[in-house]
Amino acid sequence: MGYDPKNPMEGRITDLGPRYYGDFLPPVIKENKGKWLYHEILEPGILVHVAESGAKVYTVRCGSARLLTVNRIRVYCDIADKYCGGYLRFTTRNNVEFMVDSKEKLEALKAGLQGCKDILPIGGTGACVTNIVHTQGWIHCHTPATDASGPVKAVMDDLFEYFGSMKLPAQVRIALACCLNMCGAVHASDIAILGIHRKPPMIDNDRITGVCEIPLAIASCPLGAVKPAKATNSAGEDVKSVKVNAERCMFCGNCYTMCPAMPLADPEGDGIAILVGGKVSNSKSAPKFSKLVVPFLPNTTPRWPETVDCVRQILVAYAKDAKKYERLGEWAERIGWEKFFEKTGLPFTEKSIDDYRLAYDTWRTTTQFKFTSHTAAYTK
Amino acid sequence: MAKHATPLLDELEKGPWPSFVTDLKQQAATKPECWDILGQLELSYKDRITHWKHGGIVGVFGYGGGIVGRYSDVPTRFPGVEHFHTVRIAQPSGLYYSTENLRALMDLWEKYGSGVTNMHGSTGDMIFLGTRTENLEPLFWDLTHDLKQDLGGSGSNLRTPSCCLGNSRCEWACYDAQELCNSLTQRYQDEIHRPAFPYKFKFKFSGCPNDCVAAIARSDFAVIGTWKDNIRIDQAAVQKYIANDPEYPANAGAYKGRDWGKFDIQKEVIKLCPTNCMWMEGNELKIDDSECTRCMHCIMSCRAPFVLERSKALPSASAPRPRSLMAPSSPPWSFRSSKSMPKMISRTSLI
Repeated sequence: MGYDPKNPMEGRITDLGPRYYGDFLPPVIKENKGKWLYHEILEPGILVHVAESGAKVYTVRCGSARLLTVNRIRVYCDIADKYCGGYLRFTTRNNVEFMVDSKEKLEALKAGLQGCKDILPIGGTGACVTNIVHTQGWIHCHTPATDASGPVKAVMDDLFEYFGSMKLPAQVRIALACCLNMCGAVHASDIAILGIHRKPPMIDNDRITGVCEIPLAIASCPLGAVKPAKATNSAGEDVKSVKVNAERCMFCGNCYTMCPAMPLADPEGDGIAILVGGKVSNSKSAPKFSKLVVPFLPNTTPRWPETVDCVRQILVAYAKDAKKYERLGEWAERIGWEKFFEKTGLPFTEKSIDDYRLAYDTWRTTTQFKFTSHTAAYTK
Repeated sequence: MAKHATPLLDELEKGPWPSFVTDLKQQAATKPECWDILGQLELSYKDRITHWKHGGIVGVFGYGGGIVGRYSDVPTRFPGVEHFHTVRIAQPSGLYYSTENLRALMDLWEKYGSGVTNMHGSTGDMIFLGTRTENLEPLFWDLTHDLKQDLGGSGSNLRTPSCCLGNSRCEWACYDAQELCNSLTQRYQDEIHRPAFPYKFKFKFSGCPNDCVAAIARSDFAVIGTWKDNIRIDQAAVQKYIANDPEYPANAGAYKGRDWGKFDIQKEVIKLCPTNCMWMEGNELKIDDSECTRCMHCIMSCRAPFVLERSKALPSASAPRPRSLMAPSSPPWSFRSSKSMPKMISRTSLI
């Protein structure tokens, strides 16, 4: 039996939900759930968790591309079958973890992983750059302003030494979202790589009548930049359409989401913005947002050298200057943002200044600032 | 034999990080449509723009979410990706798998799809990337009947809730994040599968204030573990940390790749406490718990002396009672930048 297209509702099962997680826990995890005492990172990528019972679970964390074929996942399964009793897990940052319950098994697992370093590099623990959380990009999405897997690969290749080591002042979380719909939720990351559009939507008068509800397209704009308009299509017919006040447009793409005849992707207009200093942990300082520091870098395929260099420039300045335990945003706030730009060597642009109408709430209201290379133009 | 030349993508086979291009090429040996994925992606690298059309509504009977329609805008050049719909599969809480289940899922996807996945999508689902419309119902049949598994959310519905690994392998979890996540996912199956909301809505569950699933940043309804009662101190262990005893590595060893000098509890723990609620009295470490805001820096620095949750078996003092901080957000917060600024959830009630 199987699906019968003639009787589509026959025997249908729905609303099962996910499989129960308890069925997939390795025995040592199941037996000690809720009874862990402490953990230690033995070496980069290798953790041991110790339970009240004295039981130990050793975990080897490995990087992955997130975009994985069934072939590669079967290789993961082969390793888990051979060394880990047939269980594995993934992390919220797209790493894969192999777990064993003894030191001997750990050594065997490590030796086994030596043979597949090119697909399973070990690391991603402690004061490191762990795997980049990212989105689909050109491999699957219809609204991206950049690719995702490509820039991630290029950045991780460049920062590889920081994945397999723990020499930074604190953990550095990098994330990439390929447009500001932010499926990657990069806005609370130490370093955020964000695809942005820079051109207003182009209106396709041949399609707009068929694929869009005009009032919805108008209502979708947060800035009131979309207005109803009469237009002529390529057949010379009058059609009801819209026009966009380009001065008002902030290229958010919400109109395109509502109306497919208003695409705004453009090879020259699209690229990457860099935001820094966000965090989600409550440790020491409160969670905070990333702030825009580089308004635009081009989509230079296939390896995004400008983005790779910029991320490295920020990371190296931070690694050199920050105190132990200081997250990137905590460091920038301690030294002051004008100093952040001086130390990283990034140019400061007016795009980093909030131009929202209530911005007086966020602009500096003290004279406690620093004279840096970036204030020289005004103060020398 | 390559169906399309991919000189640009070939550059992404270089370097030490795992290459998705190499992976796709190897998969193309048994799943030829992978060549058309690579071919279309190569074209995007050349044109610097996406080649996927906007939207397309597909799904399985009775559900409005779980499958995202996707069509190529160059289907004659790349017929293998003419339809390239995404199937979202609800993930087990904490992302643990048995290889038996994972292999069965891979077999299913090899049979009905492109063989390309994301482990995992940003919301938490397992993502099967690329199949044709006519494969959807047979895939769903096998998924539900043979694997007893289900689709996740998409569109304007409750998206598949997700969590950190909770207390399954973390001593800091203040409640059972996996169990709560799983229970609520089961409770809201209807809302997950049948879009009836004005917009997407996300639940996320983090076991402690470290928030490893980024609930505070990326969900509409964040549940983050915290605790009441006092932090317990093992004064004997404090002495071990002061003495830099190798059996008691500071920060669980997280900083040992660089020589930061001897661990100094005064400088690295007491001085960095954001509320200055800790001090030494002689050799004894003191905490004024009423001033503590539970940021966990001290707990992460010194594993042994500070304990969040402990069974009664432990000899010293009583266990603090963990409670979860439920933070439903009153207006529907979101992290999209389109329309409005990203927002972080604010605490509204302590349950």
